[in-house]
Amino acid sequence: MPSTIAQKVLARAAGKKHVAVGEIVTTRVDLAMANDFTTPLALKQFHAAGASKVFDPDKICVMAGRHMPFRDIQLATAVEGLRIFCEQQGIKHFYANCEGMDHALAPELGLIRPGMLIMNADSHACTAGALGAFSIPMGSTDIAYVFAFGESWLLVPPTIRVRYTGKPGPYVTSKDFILATLKELGVDGARYKAIEFCGDALAHLDQDERFTIANMAIEMGAKTGVMEPDEKTEAYVRARTQSGYDVVRSDPDAEFEATLDIDVGSLTPLVAKPFLPSNVVPAREVRGTKVTQVNIGTCTNGRMIDLEQAAQVLRGNKVAKGVRLMITPATASVYRDAVKSGLVEVFIDAGATVNPPGCGPCAGIHMGALSATDVCVATHNRNFRGRMGHRDAQIYLAGTYVAAATAVAGAIVDPQEVLQ
Amino acid sequence: MIFTGRIHKFGDHVDTDVIIPATLLSNTDPQVLGRGCFSEVFPGFADRVKPGDLIFAGENFGCGSSREHAPIAIKGAGIACVVAASFSRIFYRSAINIGLPIAICPAAVAQAEAGAEASADLTAGKITVAGKSYSIPAFPPELIAILDSGGLVPFMEMRLKRERQSGTPR
Repeated sequence: MPSTIAQKVLARAAGKKHVAVGEIVTTRVDLAMANDFTTPLALKQFHAAGASKVFDPDKICVMAGRHMPFRDIQLATAVEGLRIFCEQQGIKHFYANCEGMDHALAPELGLIRPGMLIMNADSHACTAGALGAFSIPMGSTDIAYVFAFGESWLLVPPTIRVRYTGKPGPYVTSKDFILATLKELGVDGARYKAIEFCGDALAHLDQDERFTIANMAIEMGAKTGVMEPDEKTEAYVRARTQSGYDVVRSDPDAEFEATLDIDVGSLTPLVAKPFLPSNVVPAREVRGTKVTQVNIGTCTNGRMIDLEQAAQVLRGNKVAKGVRLMITPATASVYRDAVKSGLVEVFIDAGATVNPPGCGPCAGIHMGALSATDVCVATHNRNFRGRMGHRDAQIYLAGTYVAAATAVAGAIVDPQEVLQ
Repeated sequence: MIFTGRIHKFGDHVDTDVIIPATLLSNTDPQVLGRGCFSEVFPGFADRVKPGDLIFAGENFGCGSSREHAPIAIKGAGIACVVAASFSRIFYRSAINIGLPIAICPAAVAQAEAGAEASADLTAGKITVAGKSYSIPAFPPELIAILDSGGLVPFMEMRLKRERQSGTPR
């Protein structure tokens, strides 16, 4: 029977030859993950149920690197609790020493491979889909159950295919691909469905750029997003792990619920206006909107390619008066590479602040919360009301070129209009 | 499972950042989270809720971040049941897992007015608003098993007990 990637991964994990869309199956997980904020509640539930041992310590990964250094006593205490749990259970994949944030760190460490079924107590679990893994976000109690039994029930979702074609113009990035998709599908256009990203425009993107697309599948309500691996994917994975894997591809005659074609050649740099990530317009339509803060980083756009794009714009320029520019490398290795390659010097010379690796100000927790009168352009994935601080703070989402060029101009600009 | 109370009305795409701000996530106590429920965007919400009240909301309720603190905060604030036109996938799972009753009923939501009385009878599959009743689809059996146990934690507890009794090695 012809199957999509979703059907194939779930069938294998359920020990079946084939699963149908709409079927509910019990699936074995290849990797269970959780972070600083979701693991404490998962452990509370794990113990409340009387569980004492995890199903397999080698298939569990706890990454507590989102808000390092700690903001307060509560978080410091919670993460210390995670350390003790992981030590007792023999969980080797425990990271809580400023290595970076999970969605960027786990792929870097070679923990994510094509064809895997991953369950992760975080909505941006879908980021791993850029490596051809089927990675499903869940709540903490779901993950407590997975920690104990290594399995969970899943509905086999229908798949929407998003096909990117054409050649992007200057300063059009993978962030614009996904913002254009959000504009079409809206914040619930893929609710309870899988999205398969494909098309020849993806082949031109570096692996780092592809994570940006998979990362925002959840913004359309998707169960997850996934890309078919190619040579670049396999080169990325092989450079990081010796572990084997099976590449999973949709059959040519697999049934997709819908196909959305996006010609990236026709795109200009985009922004999502407050307060929904689907509120997408060309950057030039809001040009001149004055800003007080610009953030570059996060699991969406905090990798080397993003910092290189930022440096390309900032080199020899200054951040506009009255604007704070915060740059947050997603992981320690991105941070190190940025220092070694001189990017950090470019940022500091331009008047930016470089945050420690992690999530930075994305969720309004620390490292740059917003006041009522702030207007922010961020390379993040969410601009919900109150997301980054005060309910009245205005948040615009954009790619790195738009963000960096806006920081220099002091107001939103389309880099195609202001850069050579 | 019948819940009768006053309606608190919300629109479409109510996200979990609005339900409970990330600054409050270091805590998992339902009472504390309940006081913080909607505190940033709709200040005073927790004070306006009488225990047993109902939330009626539009499409895609609970979208965004996977924080399970969101259904816990709603329950902690005293809300007995959330009726929405549709739910985000993660919120739907999590609400059932932590024992917050939810129902999908766009027709009832369309008629719901803030402050009016409504009832949700999840056993009979019926939502009543302004004297008119609407039927709702049944839960899948996998979820009924979890709800019957009182949530995923008691469900887990039963499975662990069963496995210990039958000597399944763990």
